Amino acid sequence: MAFTAFSTGTAKEQAPRRKSKIALLLLLPGILYLLLFFLVPLVALIATSLQEPVPFGDFGQYQTAFRWQNYVEVITTYGDQIIRSFTYALLATIFALLFSYPIAYFIGVKCRQWPLLQNLLLVLVIAPFFISFLLRTLAWKSILADESFIVTGLKALSLMAPDAHFTGTPAAVVFGLTYNFIPFMTLPIYAALERLDTRLLEAGRDLYAKPATSFFKITVPLSMAGIVSGVLLTFIPAAGDYINASSRFLGGSSTSMIGNVIESNFLVSLNYPAAAALSIILMSIILVLVTAYVKRSGTEDLL
Amino acid sequence: MSRPLPEDPFIRSLVQRARAAQVNRRHVLQGMGVGAAAMTLAACSTGTGDRPTAATDVSDTEKLVRWDNWSFYLDVDEDTGEYPSLEAFMAETGIEATYAEAVDDNNTYYGKVKDQLQLGQDIGADVVCLTDWMAARMIRFGYTQELDYSNMPNVTANLVPALKDVSFDPGRKHTLPWQGGFAGIAWNKDELPGGLTSVSDLWDPSLKGRVGVLSEMRDTLGCIMQDLGTQIDGDWGDEEFAAAMDVFRTHVESGQIRNIKGNAYTEDLQNKDTIAAIVWSGDITILNFEAGDHWEFAIPSKGGTLWNDNFLVPIGSTHKTNAEKLINHYYDPEIAAIVAAYVNFIPPVVGAKEAMMELDPELAEDQLIFPNDATLANAHVFRSLDAAEEQRYSAEFQSVGLGA
Repeated sequence: MAFTAFSTGTAKEQAPRRKSKIALLLLLPGILYLLLFFLVPLVALIATSLQEPVPFGDFGQYQTAFRWQNYVEVITTYGDQIIRSFTYALLATIFALLFSYPIAYFIGVKCRQWPLLQNLLLVLVIAPFFISFLLRTLAWKSILADESFIVTGLKALSLMAPDAHFTGTPAAVVFGLTYNFIPFMTLPIYAALERLDTRLLEAGRDLYAKPATSFFKITVPLSMAGIVSGVLLTFIPAAGDYINASSRFLGGSSTSMIGNVIESNFLVSLNYPAAAALSIILMSIILVLVTAYVKRSGTEDLL
Repeated sequence: MSRPLPEDPFIRSLVQRARAAQVNRRHVLQGMGVGAAAMTLAACSTGTGDRPTAATDVSDTEKLVRWDNWSFYLDVDEDTGEYPSLEAFMAETGIEATYAEAVDDNNTYYGKVKDQLQLGQDIGADVVCLTDWMAARMIRFGYTQELDYSNMPNVTANLVPALKDVSFDPGRKHTLPWQGGFAGIAWNKDELPGGLTSVSDLWDPSLKGRVGVLSEMRDTLGCIMQDLGTQIDGDWGDEEFAAAMDVFRTHVESGQIRNIKGNAYTEDLQNKDTIAAIVWSGDITILNFEAGDHWEFAIPSKGGTLWNDNFLVPIGSTHKTNAEKLINHYYDPEIAAIVAAYVNFIPPVVGAKEAMMELDPELAEDQLIFPNDATLANAHVFRSLDAAEEQRYSAEFQSVGLGA
């Protein structure tokens, strides 16, 4: 079969067609899975987002309708939270990238001569995954509590106002998001940099390129695939995250993100239409942003 | 759950929190699985559905009862992690009982289990303790099983007369009180040696960012409304509610109120993120017992709230008889006294005070456990809301917590 790749175009097209029935058969479980676990819930979600309250009904009772005003209502009520979610996610993605790139570069390029050290450092990056992320976030909550040594220390050094606190602030939430998503950013970039041909950098030096020039002209473009997947793996879940921003963890009432709004509407207020409408809005915004981003980065073949 | 906890207090508290989080996550996942199915169904039907029917009782063959409850709500042996009163029940009846601190807040618990309840399925618990108004909603929707008093002679004999008949459950056919208590104010004695007397003391500028309130609307707003002079068990309406909401919203937006939480507020008191808060009476006594004597509780001068949590058997439970035997066990005055001595809430059992006299005479005089008329006069029950009010008020209360 390897030969077909080198033969004429027509042969290339014929080859898959001959197998198409088998291919379809092999795809069937996947298609059924998508239908059942993606399409059906999606349709149910859209239908829920258009429901209206049962007239004179009890708490949390809704009926099928076409109440598109639900969308207008949630956007006007929770506009701040929607914008806040994407701002926090963007900040967390930028910080995670700034932290991860040097780490990935160090492990993937600088440590090539010592494979043992390379593996050890990779383990250190992945190690936090072995502990539940809820537990790690709770640990940060204790570490950053008002009477913790970090906060009291900063206050003693006058770096923080005496009545200021860290948990419950936007900074704490962005910190938590960054911390929790750093491994998702580091690993794809590492995978890209690990394959970086250092001879290209040597060639750049030979041609009198400054280190910065060769970094931006050679290293960054060659690791772009890793950056793009790292950014996607960080930004998408961060925008919908509701753990870090929850007041049970690092957030407070002034830092609630769209995920917290959905959780509260769905589980507490039992306002399913509002929760569903918000979920669809979140999904659509992410879809638009990600498509634009991927188009701009020129790495369509990644997806 | 019975594995000994590590010695180091920091690790120990982390492990405890992680366990609580695990339980929650399991429930969420269960809820989500069923939720997806229910939503697909709901998308096709009218969404209201029929009332579920009770599950078949297999108590005779399966000697098991599963109990979901709030944290700090059952006597526990710190060293072994066992619950002495529950051990006594198992030894006496031969029924295996499991206990989970699965309820952090009435609303979030209900949110997790409602889809299974609507389909009449097992929610993983045979008996749950929920607050009056939530118990009322469960009964209204037909999510509870009717109790059989022939399995509960202690209840017939010892249920306090004042709680025998309640508006949401005439004749107590579906629910039975587990504990009652007050919502009031608590503060850190080391930080605030002067103490607090009223809810408005919480709004003192020196406490900015160090105040916590309960995510239970009736308790938080109930205390604020009384502070503003409203009789919460009387005939109040939107105007009084809005006035209290204004106070609440102002202090959340200004950052005076740091956190709005369910039972997890005890964590904030412990790490001093909050040093004053609206809290539930008994929790503070237990906190003092477990984490050093740092806190004090008081019913606010203008009034606190009084509530009851109730046993109920969810519609999908397959161990109703076992659950009834468990309820019966806790209506034994001596057992009720053991529980009260630990949880420091008000037992609904006649004779518990006499039993407490023998167990610990000092506690028998404790106004938070065995309140006299003077104490009760300063605590009121939040009046029941109709469905429309509940929906509107709850949405408004939630929106403050979300900063919307």
